[in-house]
Amino acid sequence: MIARLTRSFLKVPWSAQLGFVIIALNVIAFVFAPVLAPYPETQIIGRGWEPGFWAMDCSDEAVSQRGPCWSELNTDRAKGKAWLGTDHLGRDLLTRVLYGARNTISIALLITGLSFFIGMTFGFLAATMRGWVDQLVSRIVDIMMAYPTLIFALIILSVAGTSTLVLVLVIAILDSTRVFRLSRAVAMDIVVTEYVESARLRGEGLLWLMRREILPNTLPPLIAEFGLRFCFVFLFLSALSFLGLGLQPPMADWGSMVKENSGVITFGVYNALIPAFAIAFITIGVNLVVDWFLRKAAGLRDEY
Amino acid sequence: MTRLLTMTNLVIEGFQKDGWTTIVNGVDVHVDRGEVLGLIGESGAGKSTIGIASMGYCRAGCRIVGGSIVFDGMELTTASRRALRRIRGRRASYVAQSAAASFNPAHRLIRQYAEAPVRHGVLARTEAERNARAIYRRFNLPDPDRIGGRFPHQVSGGQLQRAMVAMAMACSPDLIVFDEPTTALDVTTQIEVLAAIKDAIKDLNSAAMYITHDLAVVSQVADRIMVLRHGDLVEEGRTKFLLASPRRSYTRALLSVRKGGGERVAHPEQGQRLLEVSDVTAAYVDGVPVLRQVSLEVTRSKTVALVGESGSGKSTLARVITGLLPQEAGHVLFDGQDLRPRFFERSKEMLRRLQMIYQMPDVALNPRQKVQEILGRPLEFYFSMRGSKKQNRVRELLEQIELPDHYASRYPSELSGGEKQRIAIARALAARPDLIICDEVTSALDQLVAAEILKLLQRLQNELGVSYLFITHDLATVKVISDEIVVMLEGRVVEHGATREILEPPHHEYTEMLLASVPEMDPDWLDTLLATRVGALLREGERMHAPE
Repeated sequence: MIARLTRSFLKVPWSAQLGFVIIALNVIAFVFAPVLAPYPETQIIGRGWEPGFWAMDCSDEAVSQRGPCWSELNTDRAKGKAWLGTDHLGRDLLTRVLYGARNTISIALLITGLSFFIGMTFGFLAATMRGWVDQLVSRIVDIMMAYPTLIFALIILSVAGTSTLVLVLVIAILDSTRVFRLSRAVAMDIVVTEYVESARLRGEGLLWLMRREILPNTLPPLIAEFGLRFCFVFLFLSALSFLGLGLQPPMADWGSMVKENSGVITFGVYNALIPAFAIAFITIGVNLVVDWFLRKAAGLRDEY
Repeated sequence: MTRLLTMTNLVIEGFQKDGWTTIVNGVDVHVDRGEVLGLIGESGAGKSTIGIASMGYCRAGCRIVGGSIVFDGMELTTASRRALRRIRGRRASYVAQSAAASFNPAHRLIRQYAEAPVRHGVLARTEAERNARAIYRRFNLPDPDRIGGRFPHQVSGGQLQRAMVAMAMACSPDLIVFDEPTTALDVTTQIEVLAAIKDAIKDLNSAAMYITHDLAVVSQVADRIMVLRHGDLVEEGRTKFLLASPRRSYTRALLSVRKGGGERVAHPEQGQRLLEVSDVTAAYVDGVPVLRQVSLEVTRSKTVALVGESGSGKSTLARVITGLLPQEAGHVLFDGQDLRPRFFERSKEMLRRLQMIYQMPDVALNPRQKVQEILGRPLEFYFSMRGSKKQNRVRELLEQIELPDHYASRYPSELSGGEKQRIAIARALAARPDLIICDEVTSALDQLVAAEILKLLQRLQNELGVSYLFITHDLATVKVISDEIVVMLEGRVVEHGATREILEPPHHEYTEMLLASVPEMDPDWLDTLLATRVGALLREGERMHAPE
């Protein structure tokens, strides 16, 4: 089993391998955050915006240029524990990034899953039933898509409040419009095939048609889309958090961490870049894997 | 005659799931100037691959690994891209099977005609367009001066295929490769195109390769025939000798396909009326009637063949009977009961008794279901069979269609075209139907495979007493399988009766035209036919019209 997985992993192009490694790192952070993190999620361990490993140089020259040296600031960190510095309240950034992986990824996954469930259900329904059902759903989706997503989300969130549940529902529903478009289009190609016609003539119900005849044949493009959507949701969530309407403090989440720490970036405190890197990292990783899968699903090969 | 093309010991490989496999296995091919070489074989024989290789090209996923291709003294396997480009389209051109898929739908015909000569710098645009009109006239295309201004979707399939042949002649090439140019056409349309191809070759005195799986068609145009199978040469010979005295058993099998047929056994229930269609009129959304007062009857354990060209409304009738297209007027009675116009208003029992088999087995089976599931579902759905009972019945069905047990765990993509069609037949049989509508079930298959399928269908009828409504445009098939024939034209029934009566003169003139169009294994058949009155009509692409 492991040997087979390793072998198929080695066959994959290097870009996708890199993507898989990045995803694996994030999964590890996701699962083992409490074990790996040196401090509890919200514990304050020092002053705000203390530098991390990059301020290890304690020569007079460096201190005069950059400000205080690592070891002078925090005794704990001097033992080598706060490698990434602290945030604006003096919490350990490494801890926050690990916990942030947990919160941000799980919520993004939940949202993507939900939006696919909604989008695919309605997409397949519209493609299978056609007629007024299709017209009704499609027009509603058109109306929703006519508004810029971010503004739409801001309006609803500022009215309905920013509990995690509302957040999940709002983003999932907004995002499901895109999924609807795609799944309706791919299902449309399948619905007209003769195997679906023969299943209809057999007398099969709607649920069977959607689940057994259409779903398996639309899976490759939809899985690829899932990866892309996940990235978008992730960024969207971070953007909302950045604007203050996403996950609420004191929950650690990468978007809010960028926001909280970005104010001082002009003063040479680069701590905000760490969660920003984390966001970029997972987005790129997922995209590398999705690109590979898209090519594979499309039957494109480059090994000739 | 001088040698134009020599391919020696040609080896071509194709990339498949588990690596490179040989498609063409060391074949020697040569074509002289002014000679027509026929390449014949079933699908997978490598004939198309050889055809395009003559231009130094192979499809994506293929590679030429061995041998040499010498075109008029020039080695193509090692030639540069530029050198190849000077040959392709100018000195060697290609006519594809589906003109509809090969023309660019966004450009007018004449523009596409002129593209090659202008790009190659052979002719100026005005000159090329003047030639085009002359060739269109030569090919009997209607309104030759203006037809070039049309878009591909504005002309009929036969006209488009003729325009494609014309296009291949634009640069007066030395070699034209015809890759199954008439396979997708009706028999009557095939005549127009065949006549045009014969003219083209005669006019240019160029060499040609004619690729097909139909021996009767190739014998009309080819001087010499090569029979291929699985990438190997089976037999080669001058057309007349090959037809008269084939040396290999495979060639003999190809020659005898059209004669074959299973014997018929009388069934006790035979003669009871099963399906009755009376005065059915139907139209699609645009309101133009596709069926006008069509009536027909199918009795138990009998086969009724529904014959006509594409557009005659025969498939539409099948859609009305199955309930996919509700009729505007008329009745459909099944076993004495009125069939509801829409399939979802019919009872499960009614749906079960009426099954359908499609033309293209590739799209008729869900590619993500194993044979086990494809055959198991109707059993589960109609008879609530589960577990081992279901599995036993699946095994029994596989036995009936002469496939081994272990096929149950295969996906459709792991089956050949003929095997897929067998599975589609088994799926219909699983419901234990009284009537099966067969919509062109053999036209997508190779001749030998098609003959096997027909034999199977006949055997199943003998054993199970099922009735068939057999839709086809191929009269050779009809002779073999049907008890009765219904001939349709423009949505009307123009003639119907017992097979023997219809196939023997005197015919309705449309039936006569259809019958005359079935190619025969006689190299002079086309010329003889074209000399007759019916032949002259056919070559003009003239169509009969249904009586009002």
